[in-house]
Amino acid sequence: MVTEKDVEHIGELADIGIDSVDLATFTGQFNAIVEYFDVLDRVQGEGAVTRDLYNVLREDVVEPSLSQDDALRNAGAQEDGFIKAPRVM
Amino acid sequence: MAVHTISFEPEDRYNAFLKVCAKPTHGEGKLAGIAIAVKDNISTQGIETTCASKILKGYVPPYDAHAVGLIKNAGAAIAGKTNMDEFGMGTSTENSAFGPTLNPCDTSRVPGGSSGGSAAAVAAGMVRMALGTDTGGSIRCPAAFCGIVGLKPTYGRVSRYGLIAYANSLETIGPMANNVTDVSLLMSVIAGHDRKDTTSHDKPFNHTPSADIKGLRIGIPGEYFGKGVDPEVAVVVRRAIARLEELGAVTVPCSIPSMEYALAAYYVICTSEASSNLARFDGVRYGPAADTRKSWHAAYQDIRKQGFGPEVRRRIMLGTFALSSGYYGKYYAKAQVARENVRKDFARLFSEVDVLCGPTMPTIAFKLGEKSDPLSMYLSDILTVPVNLAGIPAISLPCGKVQGMPVGLQIMGRPFEDERVIDAAYAYEQAVKP
Repeated sequence: MVTEKDVEHIGELADIGIDSVDLATFTGQFNAIVEYFDVLDRVQGEGAVTRDLYNVLREDVVEPSLSQDDALRNAGAQEDGFIKAPRVM
Repeated sequence: MAVHTISFEPEDRYNAFLKVCAKPTHGEGKLAGIAIAVKDNISTQGIETTCASKILKGYVPPYDAHAVGLIKNAGAAIAGKTNMDEFGMGTSTENSAFGPTLNPCDTSRVPGGSSGGSAAAVAAGMVRMALGTDTGGSIRCPAAFCGIVGLKPTYGRVSRYGLIAYANSLETIGPMANNVTDVSLLMSVIAGHDRKDTTSHDKPFNHTPSADIKGLRIGIPGEYFGKGVDPEVAVVVRRAIARLEELGAVTVPCSIPSMEYALAAYYVICTSEASSNLARFDGVRYGPAADTRKSWHAAYQDIRKQGFGPEVRRRIMLGTFALSSGYYGKYYAKAQVARENVRKDFARLFSEVDVLCGPTMPTIAFKLGEKSDPLSMYLSDILTVPVNLAGIPAISLPCGKVQGMPVGLQIMGRPFEDERVIDAAYAYEQAVKP
């Protein structure tokens, strides 16, 4: 059973911006969906999946990429050629 | 190279396009002068790309997706950007921030999703071909609902570079058109290796469809005709499979036991990946600007509350939940085991048969607004998601009608045998051609 308090906590973790109206709706839907997910309790099989995976790397040399203008073009706010973000501290 | 211009001014009565390019330019090549519509989660240099989300309103990519670059190099004219469920999250194209797309076969019904705009644009004859993307059925479902052909290629066969990520381990770009030949032609342009997508394989697609399917072994999984599948849809699809038998194919009944939990596994994995991928939408680098006077979390929450629609917010939260401390083992880890079981089931079947056939969707296109609760919408994806979990190719093509609405035949194949899937579809298409 997922409670409104749980959903509020998840909303905080996800920085999704949740209010009291959302909370009741999402909690109801969450419970129906999570109840459906419980079918996974019946899954049998190996825990760890191993596969022939390898890293795909290239030589560490400078290659053409976006210009500073292009990289900044879609930024909401800029200052002195940098992207301006809300304060973190 | 000579540059030409075409005029593209369709009468879009279905809200298939989010943006129309009225005078696109094109060069020479295999696709010379063909107007191609591109789903709005695929980056197009200089053309607004929103993923049908308010959070990307005004975003103009500074580069092309690899697949877009390839079709331009082959002479295609980019006709515009098509409507979709926001970030690809949906089965009906109702989850677009810019209004739903209507099904050209019946405007009271959904076109399917999430590539509903691309399917409607092709079905209505506005364009000959379109690019879609398929994470859990998003090419095949709208192809089935609108009565066109759509291929979900093998994972890794088409570069995902420039596809705005929702669930990386599942999704792929693929071709949509009115017939198998055009789907095959578009696939031959977009397939191949791209060093900017490290999951891409060096498997070009140089193929001319062949209608010879004598001796083809077709598996018929019982689960594709079981609970939840409309009996009328099942009858139409069984009739199409009988037609393939008349052409020399051999059918073998079989079973995919892991289907029992494939849908739950799919939704745990796709929401988990979405919760991570969509963390980048913060109003800082693109989209409407965050208020930089506020603290980070306050500004971030404001922009995401206003910018994301309900389904996207729900999936981000479900994924955050499935990955959170105390639940990871119960949901995400179990979903990965289930995914491996789905892969093993397909591998076992493909050691005995060449392709698998069944319906693409359990029903015909539903009415707009009919599925208002999220879980009932998710359940519509039951027959398409196993393919994405296993990374195998699958095509949907029209095979008849129920209540006047198109029904899709789904043909699934071994990894990197997209050609065989195309051939089986082509054989059917040629046999029923009027």
